Amino acid sequence: MERYYQPEIETASREQIKAWQDERLVKQVRHVWDNVPYYRKKMEEKGLTPDDIRSSDDLHKLPFITKADLREAYPYGLVAKPLKECVRIQSTSGTTGKRVVAFYTQHDIDLWEDCCARAIMAAGGTDEDVCQVSYGYGLFTGGPGLNGGSHKVGCLTIPTSSGNTERQIMFIKDLSATILCCTPSYAAYIGETMKEMGLTPDQIPLKAGIFGAEAWSEEMRQDIQNTLGIKAYDIYGLTELSGPGVSFECSAQTGMHINEDHFIAEIIDPDTGEVLPEGSKGELVFTSITKEAFPLLRYRTRDICMLTREKCSCGRTHVKMCKPMGRSDDMLIIRGVNVFPSQIETVLLNHGYPANYQIIVDRVKSTDTLDVQVEMTPEMFTDNMGEIAKRQKELVDGLRSMLGLAAKVTLVAPKTIVRSEGKAVRVIDKRKI
Amino acid sequence: MSIKQISVFLENRPGALYAMTGVLAQNQIDMRAFSLAETSDFGIARIIVDDVYKTTTVLKDAGYVHNVTPVLGVAIPDVPGGLNKVLQALTDAQVNVEYMYAFLGGKDTGHAYMIFRVADNAAAAAALAKRGIQVVEQEEMEQL
Repeated sequence: MERYYQPEIETASREQIKAWQDERLVKQVRHVWDNVPYYRKKMEEKGLTPDDIRSSDDLHKLPFITKADLREAYPYGLVAKPLKECVRIQSTSGTTGKRVVAFYTQHDIDLWEDCCARAIMAAGGTDEDVCQVSYGYGLFTGGPGLNGGSHKVGCLTIPTSSGNTERQIMFIKDLSATILCCTPSYAAYIGETMKEMGLTPDQIPLKAGIFGAEAWSEEMRQDIQNTLGIKAYDIYGLTELSGPGVSFECSAQTGMHINEDHFIAEIIDPDTGEVLPEGSKGELVFTSITKEAFPLLRYRTRDICMLTREKCSCGRTHVKMCKPMGRSDDMLIIRGVNVFPSQIETVLLNHGYPANYQIIVDRVKSTDTLDVQVEMTPEMFTDNMGEIAKRQKELVDGLRSMLGLAAKVTLVAPKTIVRSEGKAVRVIDKRKI
Repeated sequence: MSIKQISVFLENRPGALYAMTGVLAQNQIDMRAFSLAETSDFGIARIIVDDVYKTTTVLKDAGYVHNVTPVLGVAIPDVPGGLNKVLQALTDAQVNVEYMYAFLGGKDTGHAYMIFRVADNAAAAAALAKRGIQVVEQEEMEQL
């Protein structure tokens, strides 16, 4: 039976959701106009006043806000509440440049934790569960967000944070953790370590995992599900909007429901800024309509994605987004071809290689080179040189047909690619452009 | 009738082989035979040792990817035409040799020793036996 944290919201009619969005957007626009000069200036430049925004149908009139705006306004330029009413600061992991600092009132924290609680219950969590939060705690939103959500569901929460993998496994076993929350790359590493310790999936009490904060492939999901003997659920979020829980997967595992009572999602053409019809692939844009301290109107996520309002078997009515193909910040342009690390990951896993890989991009005599380093495993090793070379060539061919360009594959010794306890560093770009 | 060869995956970079021989040296492992196959970025060290179990254990602990393959060991009289006779027997039996390497037979100075990697060890051993060529057993190898 499907469980909901807030059933009246999560299964509300589309008309009801639209009504919430209309009312909250109008209020939010007024709020930023009154309290954030940066927004007021941007709106004035477009000849807009709050009176021009009468419902969510007028959303498209508003200017976008980008990461560049956030950096320009750093640190207080977008804060919409007096600091004495703010209770928390969180910050981005800084994997794609300068950190962004976000502010929260107690009310903001409360709603954020509600979103995470919805995600935990969608993964089957109840107050009977023991939930181990192995996301980093601190400035990173992963730990605090899921920690709060786990409390709201009433799970017995183990705040291990990331790192010390053997201790993580000890707690999972000794305290019978049933739900694991961390980045997918760390889940894979925990699985790998368990295997090395001789633990089989049936000896691990875990039944579900909530994994997010980085792009991961469907193949990696299968891999994690098999190694840990669990169902692996995706969760999506951005520090700029609150943190994890902007959207989350349900039992259907076919996309993530966006919490539309808090966020309005749009898909735009990343080049023209035009809003695209439902089902189109484009850049995901979010407007936070309930945030008090750090509201963002039409924030461009750089994530390439699709939305669908098809009826979901779980009973939730909120729009679903597909797994982002990758952040356009993660996207590499190699010899003019767009390459997402997640595409490379898909090919590796399909060919029987592990998800321990690193992509090295360089420029030799004005030509981009792509070197995919992947670890040799006992399963892929044989004493026959020809056989290894054959598998290596099959991998090169697989990458060529997926990416449309030639890549070099280098087989490296096990454990030479650094394991990540948070977000994995998949790409080393040595090009000096 | 076969000998256990341990194959080890190594990166092709300075010090990679030295690190592996270091592990063997620290654990007092004596190599009987050694061969290296390589490409520009990786290599496979194929070794015959005095203690297979101990070697695979220490290699695993040190994080090396490796496997154990049964190969054929043959003692060949150290005279002109010795190897040729062995290869003739294998050729007549249509046995394909994937790779082979030679090593010296320790205290036994009258023979050269060869390791043959073939698809079917039993068939190859039978073909050699027909020509009066004996294969070396694991125990003999350990005592050389």
